[in-house]
Amino acid sequence: MQAQTSPVLSLRGIVKTFPGVRALDGVQMDLYPGQVTALVGENGAGKSTIVKILTGIYQPDEGKIEVDGVETRFPTAQAAGQAGVTAIHQETVLFDELSVAENIFIGHAPRNRFGLIDRRAMRTRAREILRGIGADLNPGVKLRDLGIASKHLVAIARALSIDARVVIMDEPTAALSHKEIAELYELVEKLKAQGKAILFISHKFDEIFRIADRWTVFRDGQFVGEGLMAETNEADLVRMMVGRSVDQIYPKRPARIGKPALTVAGYCHPTEFDEISFTLHEGEILGFYGLVGAGRSEVMQSLFGITQPSKGACRMGGDVRVIRSTSQAVDAGIVYVPEDRGRQGTVKGLPIFQNVTLPSLDRTSRAGFLRMAEEFALAREYTRRLDLRAASLDQDVGLLSGGNQQKVVIAKWLATKPRVIILDEPTKGIDIGSKATVHDFMSELAAEGLAVIMVSSEIPEVLGMSDRVIVMREGRIAAEFEGDAMTPENLVRAAVGITGSENGAAA
Amino acid sequence: MTTIQTGRHIPDRLTSPFSRALKSWEALLLIVAVAIFVLNSLASPYFLDPWNLSDATFNFTEKAMIAFAMAILIIAGDIDLSVGAIIALASTMMGVAMTLGAPTPVLVLLGLGTGLACGAFNGLLVARLGLPAIVVTIGTMSLFRGISYIVLGDGAFTGYPASFAWFGQGYVFWVITVEMVIFALAALGFGILLHRTNFGRMAYAIGNNATAARFSGIRVGRVRFILFLLTGLMSGVAAICLTSRLGSTRPSIAFGFELEVVTIVVLGGVAILGGSGSITGVVLAALVMGLVTFGLGLLNVPGIVMSIVVGALLIAVIALPRLWAMLRRG
Repeated sequence: MQAQTSPVLSLRGIVKTFPGVRALDGVQMDLYPGQVTALVGENGAGKSTIVKILTGIYQPDEGKIEVDGVETRFPTAQAAGQAGVTAIHQETVLFDELSVAENIFIGHAPRNRFGLIDRRAMRTRAREILRGIGADLNPGVKLRDLGIASKHLVAIARALSIDARVVIMDEPTAALSHKEIAELYELVEKLKAQGKAILFISHKFDEIFRIADRWTVFRDGQFVGEGLMAETNEADLVRMMVGRSVDQIYPKRPARIGKPALTVAGYCHPTEFDEISFTLHEGEILGFYGLVGAGRSEVMQSLFGITQPSKGACRMGGDVRVIRSTSQAVDAGIVYVPEDRGRQGTVKGLPIFQNVTLPSLDRTSRAGFLRMAEEFALAREYTRRLDLRAASLDQDVGLLSGGNQQKVVIAKWLATKPRVIILDEPTKGIDIGSKATVHDFMSELAAEGLAVIMVSSEIPEVLGMSDRVIVMREGRIAAEFEGDAMTPENLVRAAVGITGSENGAAA
Repeated sequence: MTTIQTGRHIPDRLTSPFSRALKSWEALLLIVAVAIFVLNSLASPYFLDPWNLSDATFNFTEKAMIAFAMAILIIAGDIDLSVGAIIALASTMMGVAMTLGAPTPVLVLLGLGTGLACGAFNGLLVARLGLPAIVVTIGTMSLFRGISYIVLGDGAFTGYPASFAWFGQGYVFWVITVEMVIFALAALGFGILLHRTNFGRMAYAIGNNATAARFSGIRVGRVRFILFLLTGLMSGVAAICLTSRLGSTRPSIAFGFELEVVTIVVLGGVAILGGSGSITGVVLAALVMGLVTFGLGLLNVPGIVMSIVVGALLIAVIALPRLWAMLRRG
């Protein structure tokens, strides 16, 4: 129906690779004037990468960008701005100590004839732009005195001040209240009326169906499909988001689930999570699925004593307690393999064997004095079980590949003989071979009676490895699935907040 | 290559500790120290006199005592710039007690106690409140010395008991001074602490990556606190030696010590941002510093020029490996 209008901006065959990852693999996208296109996809589908390519932060390895049918390139962020592409990020960079007007015009302020910033003109134009989006803000006020929603409006005004033709909104409602979201919708309508093309990235399906005209789905860096919102429904979109075949074989062994190893009751945190309660059993692999930012890592880190819950307690064996430090967690037998390996996992600069023995020094030493031979023996025992590839145990851990560093972190924890092991995105960004080793090992651990929690954003991994899956959304437990209910559709529905599952079951 | 599924053998070490030591910073320092020793003995006929050499050790023994503790503190990623001021405060406290008639053992305990208290204060602010060490200790540097100035004004404490003079002026055997013995014992003690204990290992881990150390179950705050405590304690020891040697306390005592201590530590090959270094390096660096200042002194080089030479030496020795690497890469 609307096919007669030609796109303002088109992407064709865009490829972007990072070391070890093909983030985008020949994707395409069209943005039309006066229309909102929703970009939908799971974590890691390539949404952020495409935004960075559109705003000149990344350069595509292959493919072309066309503006009004003319091929172009965005070598810098300025070039993208000059071509009329602007983005309102999840956290747009604004300057708290500058005024609203200065924030709007930073980098392209109107000048007077001496080449100095023309403050009066800047203020007048800022007021015009703000009025245009229905924001009644004083341009002279400092940004830090504004609330989040008003800051958002300033970010939008900034985007419009460069006379944008394409506006990218990356999760614009993430930090907004209901009322503010309604105002944002009105604003989007205004922008549409002005003929701007809008790329709208959101995980929330109600929003997408409320304001988008078109959709585009990416999955694992590939283009899956596009079309008009009027001609699709939630079930179809969910299926396209997750619809890969579970082609990898997961070495999950049948579990012999034992007694409760860890019971968490009513864990709360002022900002990150709320009312988290669950029970983990010996021999069980419990999957935690959710979108990025759902609060999974935060819950796990508070169980490990990095942060402290404001309320709640956990029970291990007989004792009810709150873990208040990582050393208490290790003593209690809870260990945590962090997602951020480089910063939180390995101590680069120390050799492999010292990384492995770091939490076990009490066992390898005598009266506080190191015994190197014991350390090498312990490190050898556990790195061998994980099939570590390294030149020597005395080698700096920072020289290892990501997958082998992960093996060192896991070996470090196994050497402490834990009762509960929490793995946060254990295979993110590591090579296939190491992935298989890590998966193998997880099953082996569970078979030996260890209680395992696996936080993962990869649906095949969650479904392939877990005995049970808890889905978190916006800091709360949204759903729990077991057995036949563990389907990709159910997980995604719970994670994005679609209630009811009859459509998913029918599909 | 054979592909054995599990348990491929990984050797413990590829290079032996001995061959590693040959290529180390410490080996370079040793060569520098020997070279300076030889040059000095050629330049001045008085250099090789045992009593002169013994006297020369006072150039570095007091600073080096603190430098050992400071080295571990810096390896763990912190720094303490208040050590000179701690000496001033500890010396002042001893002076006050002396005027009240306290005997030598009380003076010694007071010196050590003041050092510990100052270290605890620094440690609380840094490890408990999470304030940056450099800012905290610049602050306490003014604070501690300020108290000395309030107590003493333009005056000085003199008239320490004769038995107190033993620490800074006494000899254990022939030319071997008490301070030399304290220096050697401190070197041994801190060497063992850093290189042979769990505590030392934790200091390295924290200096390389404090976050990962915490994520490995290490009580990071506790280790950092203890290190400030030890640095304070060694400042107290140095305060006893220095006060005893000078026989008096003025509020300007040990002024600028902190920079000389840090210079020794850095010259000793300790990474200023933490993570690596050794006590052997610090010992050698202290010897190098002592030999250079003593040699220049014998040649009647004025103090200002001497500080220029020491500064140039520091920069040269630090820059050398970097320049060497750049040259080799072309």
